[in-house]
Amino acid sequence: MKFLRKFLDKIKPSFDEGGKYAKLHSTFEGFESFLFVPKTVTSQGSHVRDCIDLKRTMSVVVLALVPCLLFGMWNTGYWHYRSIGGAGDLLTNFWFGFCKIFPIIAVSYIVGLGIEFTVAQIRKHEINEGFLVSGMLIPLIMPVDVPLWMVALATAFAVIIGKEVFGGTGMNIWNPALLARAFVFFSYPTQISGDKVWIAGLTGGQGVVDSFSGATPLSIAAGGTGEAAANMSGETLRSQLPDVFDMFMGFVPGSIGETSKLAILAGAAILILTGIGSWRIMLASTLGCLLMGWICNLLAANPYMELPPYYHLLMGGFAFGAIFMATDPVSASQTNTGKWIYGILFGILVVIIRVFNPAYPEGVMLIILLMNTFAPLIDHYVVSANVKRRLKRIKPNV
Amino acid sequence: MSQKEPLFSAKNIKLFTDPFNSGNPITVLVLGICSALAVTVKLQPAIVMSLSVIIVTGLASFIVSLLRNTIPNRIRIIVQLVVVATLVILVDQILKAFAYEVSKQLSVFVGLIITNCIIMGRIEAFALGNKPLPSLIDGLGNGAAYGMILVTVAFVRELFGAGTLLGYRIVPDAWYLKNGGFYENNGLIILPPMALILLGIIIWIHRIINKSLRDK
Repeated sequence: MKFLRKFLDKIKPSFDEGGKYAKLHSTFEGFESFLFVPKTVTSQGSHVRDCIDLKRTMSVVVLALVPCLLFGMWNTGYWHYRSIGGAGDLLTNFWFGFCKIFPIIAVSYIVGLGIEFTVAQIRKHEINEGFLVSGMLIPLIMPVDVPLWMVALATAFAVIIGKEVFGGTGMNIWNPALLARAFVFFSYPTQISGDKVWIAGLTGGQGVVDSFSGATPLSIAAGGTGEAAANMSGETLRSQLPDVFDMFMGFVPGSIGETSKLAILAGAAILILTGIGSWRIMLASTLGCLLMGWICNLLAANPYMELPPYYHLLMGGFAFGAIFMATDPVSASQTNTGKWIYGILFGILVVIIRVFNPAYPEGVMLIILLMNTFAPLIDHYVVSANVKRRLKRIKPNV
Repeated sequence: MSQKEPLFSAKNIKLFTDPFNSGNPITVLVLGICSALAVTVKLQPAIVMSLSVIIVTGLASFIVSLLRNTIPNRIRIIVQLVVVATLVILVDQILKAFAYEVSKQLSVFVGLIITNCIIMGRIEAFALGNKPLPSLIDGLGNGAAYGMILVTVAFVRELFGAGTLLGYRIVPDAWYLKNGGFYENNGLIILPPMALILLGIIIWIHRIINKSLRDK
């Protein structure tokens, strides 16, 4: 440790203004504060001092994502071996998934951090840790077979157009990770929708055992709408879906990190206990989702609508989105009342997209982006309502 | 007044070149955005559209400038519209007669040149107060600068959206995923939002080069 400190102190002057590598100042600073606690303290104004800074916040979120990631690696292997008619043991499954997913993570971090570092040098900013979480979220919401150059392109798009254009970490309107996914979704729809992309090897045409289908619960459920479902009963649809335990544990195909609700709940526990994720948004979205699911039950126009409301929590990316992405502290509502409105609307709209619009089996991505857009507006009205209420208090007769 | 000005005087050249840089109708004045989003999916319609707009802006400015002393101020918009509409109809008919396929692709957007903000903007801002020849140059310059942006956007969109340029294949067939390659056309770039983002990127680059345009 001492040696490292000494070394850093020795090379530090060449990165200061006028030094040889002055252009790389923020790179040096980034690495220094990565290795040691930064010495710089605020010099003016009063600040609340707290040991939790951006770096710690981001590390906790990454830690909360680890259960999803590990499960996602195992699940990738599990489904791959099932699709070719074999069955791997725990480690084979995991190793297969690791080999598949690690490159995606590496590409996402290299491209994203590369752009962040470059922009920080050009703008003479400090390097922000904001991308640490986005870089982990991007692989977790991609299908496993997505080509790596698409990941690179999507990450670059999300970081440049979604974040740096607005001024970097903390200034973005939309969640960068979802923007990356939306980019792939609209640019290369065949790579990210349908029944084949969720299982490693299927798009490459590897042998598939008879009667194997890679359909996700959501695409099965979408079969419960329209003409195809004219004579179908709600019971039939439920029997076609994987059973509740499998969906909860995550033994279903889907994006890499979204399948296991158990792993997501573990992450949610970390986020709530450390106070980093907003429990209001998580609870509100769950309630909104259940509410709309229940209204669908009342309408019961097709088998999809007859599904019990809690199915919507278990299918697709709802849990992952509500816990990790809708709670993004930058793009979500900031006020407490706003968070309730934001969360409930998110839950309601997700079910509406799923049930009423069979063209989009899943609505979580687009709805979070939509609610991100509305978050400032919600906050504005919450704040101005508060101002009005307090003004009324001081002049009761007006 | 009677002093004759040469055609390529410094002032006239500046009238023509200014729209390409600090007076660009699209990236600085933000006029004519709608057609820049609508007709830039392919290069060919964009080029045809640009030519049509160049002709219409140039001639409309020229004609209005000839009439400028006889037009009563209160009805000038109507008169301008009559001039522009006549020219647009002429262009539309010519396209239908000699380039039917392209005119079908451009569909209503040729007719909508009438409402293109650049044309009315140049007439109001320049032609009504200047002599015919400078007005003609100003109109042609603005039309050409509009066309430049249009063609740039269309170039990127056709290259990455379809892998072709002017209909000729640029990205080899063997590269495509369906043929065992790795490449796939970008579907997002065909959609209007991406055209808007491309325009934004062009504005961004333009302001990096031309520092006088930056907001303080």
